[in-house]
Amino acid sequence: MCFQQKMIHSLFLINCSGDIFLEKHWKSVVSQSVCDYFFEAQEKAIDVENVPPVISTPHHYLISIYRDKIFFVSVIQTEVPPLFVIEFLHRVADTFQDYFGECSETAIKDNVVIVYELLEEMLDNGFPLATESNILKELIKPPTILRSVVNSITGSSNVGDTLPTGQLSNIPWRRAGVKYTNNEAYFDVIEEIDAIIDKSGSTVFAEIQGVIDSCIKLSGMPDLSLSFMNPRLLDDVSFHPCIRFKRWESERVLSFIPPDGNFRLISYRVSSQNLVAIPVYVKHLISFKENSSSGRFDVTIGPKQNMGKTVEGVVMTVHMPKAVLNMNLTATQGSYTFDPVTKVLAWDVGKITPQKLPNLKGIVNLQSGAPKPEENPSLNIQFKIQQLAISGLKVNRLDMYGEKYKPFKGVKYITKAGKFQVRT
Amino acid sequence: MAASPAYGEEKGGSSSLGEPEYGHDPASGGIFASDYKRHDDLKEMLDSNKDSLKLEAMKRIVAMIARGKNASDLFPAVVKNVACKNIEVKKLVYVYLVRYAEEQQDLALLSISTFQRGLKDPNQLIRASALRVLSSIRVPIIVPIMMLAIKEAASDMSPYVRKTAAHAIPKLYSLDSDQKDQLIEVIEKLLADKTTLVAGSVVMAFEEVCPERIDLIHKNYRKLCNLLIDVEEWGQVVIINMLTRYARTQFLSPNQNESLLEESAEKAFYGSEEEDTKDAKAEAASLAKRKPYVMDPDHRLLLRNTKPLLQSRNAAVVMAVAQLYFHLAPKAEVGVIAKALVRLLRSHSEVQYVVLQNVATMSIKRRGMFEPYLKSFYIRSTDPTQIKILKLEVLTNLANETNISTILREFQTYIRSMDKDFVAATIQAIGRCATNIGKVRDTCLNGLVQLLSNRDELVVAESVVVIKKLLQMQPAQHSEIIKHMAKLTDNIQVPMARASILWLIGEYCEHVPKIAPDVLRKMAKSFTNEEDIVKLQVINLAAKLYLTNSKQSKLLTQYVLNLAKYDQNYDIRDRARFIRQLIVPTEKSGALNKYAKKLFLAQKPAPILESSFKDRDHFQLGSLSHLLNAKAVGYQELPDWPDEAPDPSVRNVEVPEWTKCTSREKRKDKVEKPFYSDSEGESGPTESADSEPESDSEESGSSSSSGTSSSSSEEEDEEEEEGGSEEQSEDKEGEEEEEEKRKKKKEKGGPRKASPRSVGSEEEEEAEGKKVKKAAGPQGKKGHAESSSEEASASESSSSGSDSGTEAPTVVEAKRRKIPSSKAGPKEISLLDLDDFTPPPPQPVPSSSIISTSLVTDLEGLTLTDTSLAPALLSPAFGAVRTYELLHRMAGEGLSVEYCFSRRPFPGDPHMVAVQIQISNNTDAEVKSLRVSEPKLLAGMRIQEFPEIESLAPGDTASVVMGIDFCDSTQAANFQLCTHTRHFYVSIQPPVGELMAPVFMSENEFRKEQEHLARRGEGKLTGMSEITEKLTLPEKCRSDHAIVQQVTSAANVGRVPCGADNEYRFAAKTVTSGSLVLITLEWREGAAAQLTVNSEKMVIGTMLVKDIIQALAQ
Repeated sequence: MCFQQKMIHSLFLINCSGDIFLEKHWKSVVSQSVCDYFFEAQEKAIDVENVPPVISTPHHYLISIYRDKIFFVSVIQTEVPPLFVIEFLHRVADTFQDYFGECSETAIKDNVVIVYELLEEMLDNGFPLATESNILKELIKPPTILRSVVNSITGSSNVGDTLPTGQLSNIPWRRAGVKYTNNEAYFDVIEEIDAIIDKSGSTVFAEIQGVIDSCIKLSGMPDLSLSFMNPRLLDDVSFHPCIRFKRWESERVLSFIPPDGNFRLISYRVSSQNLVAIPVYVKHLISFKENSSSGRFDVTIGPKQNMGKTVEGVVMTVHMPKAVLNMNLTATQGSYTFDPVTKVLAWDVGKITPQKLPNLKGIVNLQSGAPKPEENPSLNIQFKIQQLAISGLKVNRLDMYGEKYKPFKGVKYITKAGKFQVRT
Repeated sequence: MAASPAYGEEKGGSSSLGEPEYGHDPASGGIFASDYKRHDDLKEMLDSNKDSLKLEAMKRIVAMIARGKNASDLFPAVVKNVACKNIEVKKLVYVYLVRYAEEQQDLALLSISTFQRGLKDPNQLIRASALRVLSSIRVPIIVPIMMLAIKEAASDMSPYVRKTAAHAIPKLYSLDSDQKDQLIEVIEKLLADKTTLVAGSVVMAFEEVCPERIDLIHKNYRKLCNLLIDVEEWGQVVIINMLTRYARTQFLSPNQNESLLEESAEKAFYGSEEEDTKDAKAEAASLAKRKPYVMDPDHRLLLRNTKPLLQSRNAAVVMAVAQLYFHLAPKAEVGVIAKALVRLLRSHSEVQYVVLQNVATMSIKRRGMFEPYLKSFYIRSTDPTQIKILKLEVLTNLANETNISTILREFQTYIRSMDKDFVAATIQAIGRCATNIGKVRDTCLNGLVQLLSNRDELVVAESVVVIKKLLQMQPAQHSEIIKHMAKLTDNIQVPMARASILWLIGEYCEHVPKIAPDVLRKMAKSFTNEEDIVKLQVINLAAKLYLTNSKQSKLLTQYVLNLAKYDQNYDIRDRARFIRQLIVPTEKSGALNKYAKKLFLAQKPAPILESSFKDRDHFQLGSLSHLLNAKAVGYQELPDWPDEAPDPSVRNVEVPEWTKCTSREKRKDKVEKPFYSDSEGESGPTESADSEPESDSEESGSSSSSGTSSSSSEEEDEEEEEGGSEEQSEDKEGEEEEEEKRKKKKEKGGPRKASPRSVGSEEEEEAEGKKVKKAAGPQGKKGHAESSSEEASASESSSSGSDSGTEAPTVVEAKRRKIPSSKAGPKEISLLDLDDFTPPPPQPVPSSSIISTSLVTDLEGLTLTDTSLAPALLSPAFGAVRTYELLHRMAGEGLSVEYCFSRRPFPGDPHMVAVQIQISNNTDAEVKSLRVSEPKLLAGMRIQEFPEIESLAPGDTASVVMGIDFCDSTQAANFQLCTHTRHFYVSIQPPVGELMAPVFMSENEFRKEQEHLARRGEGKLTGMSEITEKLTLPEKCRSDHAIVQQVTSAANVGRVPCGADNEYRFAAKTVTSGSLVLITLEWREGAAAQLTVNSEKMVIGTMLVKDIIQALAQ
């Protein structure tokens, strides 16, 4: 019949060299040739990042995401909210990641049967069916080395043969009958600083993006509430579905029955109205001389107000202009690499000690005859500060109701650089 | 495809192609020998007895399918394994079937019977997966079977199966659209489902099958709004999108009044051309009516219930809510979505891409909304180009007089970017800023002129194009720039830029009288090498110069026209011919010649540089069509607001006769009265799901007053109403309090009274009736509760005219209770009580008739069995009442709460389980206004809260009764217990035994029922199941008394007389749906015993068996 209404019709997984290495159809088969439109767009875009996520073809629409060097290309035939599909595809990639530890072509090829089973459960007639990891894991057991050995001997399967109770409970994200001998609940408060620093060193834009990732291994049906010393700091919060929204609205307490295992409890933003402390500063001098095939490069990174914590894991990456041929630099600390093909300079600095500031200095060789680059490249900085939430957010306490045992609780704080860019 | 199934099966896949000579060769169609070999051994493996081999084979086949290889010739070998016991093999076979069934329809039919069997499996997961596969096999011949299966599954007791049924609807529809009418019926039925699990899927089916049947939504509208927050993420998206469309057809535009006051002012200031036509319409409408706009409470309900979802982790949900607010909310409230959308910009780049597209559209209409987040759209050099360009678009839309300097400074950085496409876009953006904001026009122009000396040609070219547009606005002042640009013709090679310069010079040749002919001279030289657009402009320039300065340019023009005459491009040849005729006067040339100058040198309006996102909002935001800016297949237009609101009462829900309890009846009646005049003190969550507008708004009112300050601000239109209702509920509570106390006294007397009940008198029955009535009274109409005698209240209510309907059921009930009593004598008092909580027709239709007949036989059988019955039924029920802790005194900060299941019919509603709650105040302060609030329940569950306890003195204990409809499930009812200072989260989870109420039956009746149910169990998939379990009775549990005691303490069941010594029978009905539960305990010699439970509700049956065994083992 002519009616082909459904959300996601087919899915193709394509690697970077353009091989379609997996296809799945939820209804009638769509020929692989539909991907040609995608390849065309990919060619036009030059850069993988610039492939438009939505492509319109004569008979279909292609909505794709790019994750871990794989394109997930879905075929759509009718109107559907594009974000719906994009979000779902990312959920699929997350599930692969969760199941196989990585979402790579090899992992998917090695576990093709599980992948197929997962796709079958996650989507019915193109409409998402079970996407919660807790439920999926009850339906389809993730592969482990031990189990695959056992399976090959006993011939038993990865498929659960018991009912997924989750589908029936009012807490669909938690599986029933969880048992642990050690009951633990860990929360990682991870904050990332997004910033744009202009030439003169002043902050153009800065804000803090935070998440709380949890690892909960608690038996039974624990009901947790997590409270903060200063919840008003959180400007905008998005929740895992388990969180009781009203409770947060009225009391600013996170009250929830957690899923089992790892999950992201909340993500939040600390508004840019609050002044964001920038923990590092960068002194830079990059210049290209007119009419000569060389330039100077001199960058120093130093710690600012870091609240007595050391800044570590510092890495600087710079996309140099196309005209740059090579770089002859000396680093007082750490090591640097320059890739003459991609023109990416990466300097792995490591820990910054205020006594001796790391510096990278030297000569830039330019293509002879090429015009002097217009713009100085931006410096992208990464760093990490342990045991600090830069916004000052502090967990006050975690209470558990509903179960009798005493869980072990832990909170860890980390501050990282997010999209941290210094314009030069 | 023509081969018969049997033939095909024998001969393998290829035989169906009509090549019998190769029939036995599975790969006859294929060329690859290796394929043939591999398939052959796969076939062998599939035919083997070992599951492990089969599994291995299936895994390899699935891997082939995944790689897109053809495995269709294995069909016969695979389909044989569809009935395989091994669940994984089965699953993979399903995968295979779904993939190839369409190609091998005849063979696929072989598997159908397996699925049909699967549809009747007691395991809901198997039922569901059978339906899933059956409906995924796209074989037209099985349409009737699918239809039947869907219909049955739609009334399955498992919500998971019902969800699958909803999923199957569009599948069937796509296979055979003639089934539409029947499918709509199923959709209608599933729309009424109260489970969150089903809601999303059925709305999806609705959208695919019958999106035009908006009338199906009316009755479910409020329920959907209320369930929304608990629906899974994907369902939320679909429901929100559908409700957006719904609201556009049913409510009035919330901005019609504002448009009068605000927008006109705004227009004056900014000259924004916003919604001109709409304004006019709205103005006319509101002028005509001169009636202040009042938002429909249902409209408000939708806005309020979707708002929390802005906090969802799922970008699609956030976007759905954002578009809902953008299309439906009053202007002042749309702002709330900005923050959430900006948050999404942190997500994956694909998400960013889509969100930015939508933000771009929104920021044209509602610039103010995103202004505070301006900096979030600043561009990083690491952003992909497509993101950069979208961000630029948003920044440009947001630019206004106050922030333009910041934005321009930012743009300056962008212009130096290495990404040239981005630089070009930035130059365009600067041009747009310059046209829109007069103040900075000169600054921008100067900046762009500086760019003309840029090294990069693309940058220069883009600048030229933009400058050209800007100059058109005020050419006189800028002849210097034009001169400068004229010089550029020597260097710039980009055709568009050259063309732009030539056009400029031609257009403003009087400003540069000396340079223009020279430029023409140069261009004439290079004419043949130019691109087409440049040539056209050269001709234009020549023509204009000829008209203004023919002395200097006559020959040049002739020369150019001659060149053009023989150009390869016919456009250029045409143009040349046309222009020659027009400008060069000859004897043949007509009247037009005189007007040539006017034609060429007419004042041309300056181009308006506008966003490509302008007016994109006629597409529903967040949709694929919006993103592509073209109507996608299957796009549902977002309708315009109606001028007149359609009748809002269509969304009122009549409560079906059998679920009506007295208090509900009254509520219903109130709805019919003018809105806002009245509202109730308590409203359970299901009440609101059943959607009386008052109770909805009320609920939120109370929640907002109990804490949130943020939400209350926008609920102004309800403020009034809320105030009123609060007052009223307070004095109602007073009455209730009193009633409650009286009732409690009676309840305390209960256990003692219970045994002599069999001798019960008319008088007692009357008291009972009164109690029921009074408990119901205060919840409804105030005033009635004060009645002191039953007679009086009955007459009063019936005489109270307008709202007599509300009291009617109570009266009727009282009467009904009387009639049998006069007929059957003193014996039936207890029976009648039972009758009270046996709902008349429970869902499975057949049982209703049985129950009524059973009543008659019961009455006959009574005299024989009463002696053994009375103690069995009544004593354990009150003797061994177990109490549970609701709130420990530590957790409750001194307040301790316990509850027990009183096993009495809950007076307000026979479908509710009565829960007696004992609250003790162990603090040393008075606890005030104890009440229940914010119940968080599974769909379908309802709570009848106990009346608020105004105060509880230190050391005091209060006992109240609340009713909970658990929907025959053991899911906990969660709610808050609030005091004047604190909220405690508590939950009541019923043991399965408390979900039922005893039923009276005779031995024969019991047998008959048991048989009947067993029969049905075989024949029907929704039928009854029987669960049998062996057990050992411990020492102390080997007496009649002990057994009866234990069973009745475990479950609220009534004993059924039994002839045999060693057999015990009990019967009960579940409280909500009234399904029968029959228990038989057979005591064999020694400790061995066998327990059988028959129940239509499988889950209940299984759990009950477990509980009883546990009780007996103690």
